[in-house]
Amino acid sequence: MSAYFETFKLGKTYKTPKGDAVIVKNFNLKMKKGEFVCVIGHSGCGKSTVLSMVAGLNEITDGGVILDGSEINGAAPDRGVVFQSPCLLPWMSAWDNVMLGVKQVYYHASNHERKQIVEYYLTVVGLSGSFNKRPDELSGGMRQRVGLARAFALSPKMLLLDEPFGMLDKLTKFELQKVLLDLWNRERLTAMMITHDVDEAIYLADRVIMMTNGPAAGVGDILEINLPRPRNRQEIMSQEQYYDYRQFLLNFLQERADEGKEERSAA
Amino acid sequence: MSTVTNTTEGTVPKKKSSRKLFKYNPNRVAHTLDQLGLGYFSPIARLIGGDEPRKQFREITSNTFLPMLAFAIFIGIWGICAQFVVSDSTRIPSPAQTWTAWQGMVDFAEAEKLKEAEYYESNEERAIKMETKAKTAEEAGQLDKVERYNGMAEKFRTKVYQGATTFFDQIGISLITVAVGFLAATLLGVPIGILCGISKKVNVALNPIIQLFKPVSPLAWFPIVFVFTTWGIEQPESTSIWQRALWTSAGVVTLCSIWPTLINTAVGVASVDKDHLNVAKVLKLGWFKRIWKIILPSSLPLIFTGLRLSIGVGWMVLVASDMMAQNQGLGKFVWDMYQNGDTQSTAQIIIAVFFIGAIGFLLDRVMLVCQRLVTFEEQTI
Ligand SMILES: Nc1ncnc2c1ncn2[C@@H]1O[C@H](COP(=O)(O)OP(=O)(O)OP(=O)(O)O)[C@@H](O)[C@H]1O
Ligand SMILES: [Mg+2]
Repeated sequence: MSAYFETFKLGKTYKTPKGDAVIVKNFNLKMKKGEFVCVIGHSGCGKSTVLSMVAGLNEITDGGVILDGSEINGAAPDRGVVFQSPCLLPWMSAWDNVMLGVKQVYYHASNHERKQIVEYYLTVVGLSGSFNKRPDELSGGMRQRVGLARAFALSPKMLLLDEPFGMLDKLTKFELQKVLLDLWNRERLTAMMITHDVDEAIYLADRVIMMTNGPAAGVGDILEINLPRPRNRQEIMSQEQYYDYRQFLLNFLQERADEGKEERSAA
Repeated sequence: MSTVTNTTEGTVPKKKSSRKLFKYNPNRVAHTLDQLGLGYFSPIARLIGGDEPRKQFREITSNTFLPMLAFAIFIGIWGICAQFVVSDSTRIPSPAQTWTAWQGMVDFAEAEKLKEAEYYESNEERAIKMETKAKTAEEAGQLDKVERYNGMAEKFRTKVYQGATTFFDQIGISLITVAVGFLAATLLGVPIGILCGISKKVNVALNPIIQLFKPVSPLAWFPIVFVFTTWGIEQPESTSIWQRALWTSAGVVTLCSIWPTLINTAVGVASVDKDHLNVAKVLKLGWFKRIWKIILPSSLPLIFTGLRLSIGVGWMVLVASDMMAQNQGLGKFVWDMYQNGDTQSTAQIIIAVFFIGAIGFLLDRVMLVCQRLVTFEEQTI
């Protein structure tokens, strides 16, 4: 069976004055349709680089990416992106920020239908009272809710998230993880999410991809998370498996960190 | 210990009163005043709200007293100059003489207004007379006379008063001239600036021209603009305000004031947040939407900074270009008074200087408000 999403020998080389800097090399990953994958790895190993190449915002220098049977070429609304900072347009209300994309994707739909779409997603992420607020009137968590609504409202083939909750406090983070998981449960979008948070990865993902340290980072190890869905935070945390996964991932990160230290002291 | 209880006591009633719907919030009002460039009044607003009255009083007195003191010193120095700066033909008028001259200007303008009203009134009377004559002629069956009388009535009605232009008319003409010049500078400067900001090639191509023409004085531009307007604009009737001289003067204003708008727009467009451009990329916005929805709003604050600088430059060069072009504006006024050469005229020039300064200040404030309105708070997360 061929995969819905596939990267083959994906690589990124920057030309620098000191010669070529190979950041990512031979990054191979296959994903089924509707699968949720989290990517973890040492800081600076190239996670964001991979994600932005898949998004089409960063030029691919080696290999390629196939999504739903065709090779990607540049950015397009069939891949919804959510960054660490929500990147809302500050001069537009929450409504207009979502509507901008909806108009672009549903250009054949009637105005009424578009309005329904925007309203639906903004309500689902819990912003029913704040349609007309501008980003500077919203809290960080609320902005990221708009970011999620904007990405989901495009009905993309794939969802790409780069540490979307990295800047939020723990409580807000928990809320938003639930918002994301609920939305994902409804639509089952194929999703790739970068995170530094091991608990977040286990809570959300079907598989956790562990990247090797850079330079020339690739896929190191893959952990299957066999927890039943729909997931409930309390429930999964009461299972022993959860702690095995957690320990495994933490060990991996610790090893990478040690490796990094050794390299630095060697250099 | 006592401070602790004090602060808690201080916060409790505040919380209660904030539940009221329309509460006078001195801080908010003061902030709005600051935003409008009327920071002078913000301590007064705070005082009304009872916010640290002692501090506000101190601020109001120092805000009022210090400028008044400086102004008094200025008037004093002026008075001393009026005593000593004397040549054979003219001298610096004293503040008192200047005040008298100002009153003379107001009187003259009022008299002129009265004359104008009388002129139209008497013409109307004559027109009515002609019409009654036409009617009697019609009853008598003298058709050729009817036509003649009606024609004359029409003539009286359409006659335009051609009195002396007053100082205030000239201010009006100056404002129109600068508005035309500034509008043209905006309509040219913003699109060219956007092109420069979007395309490196356009920027490289135009940069030498911009750098070369930016520092050129209005006096040097005048003869060139003059050739263009003489070639391209037909001289209208002398009663129209759209004289060739006005277009020439406006053209000079445009050429001198376009540069800040152009450069700031280019910088604003070139420095649009990469994240915002990524949004455009992901959504595959077309070039028009990309400019209209992303690039333009994001560079509006800098565009308005440019416009504000431009209107300042435009108003500053206006007097010079009015003088050269003999446009019926403030420059012409200053020039004519200078030609008169007596002390009375110099006093009127001083009045003009005050007006030029005040109007320039007002224009700047208006632009400042516009600039603040389009400047959105940057998101911090
Ligand atoms: N334009 C560039 N030229 C050269 N090197 C670059 C360039 N952009 C990024 N890099 C390097 O690529 C590496 C990977 O960066 P990336 O942002 O993908 O890391 P990351 O895994 O997302 O890190 P983090 O977890 O901190 O977000 C970094 O070491 C960075 O120095
Ligand atoms: Mg990153």
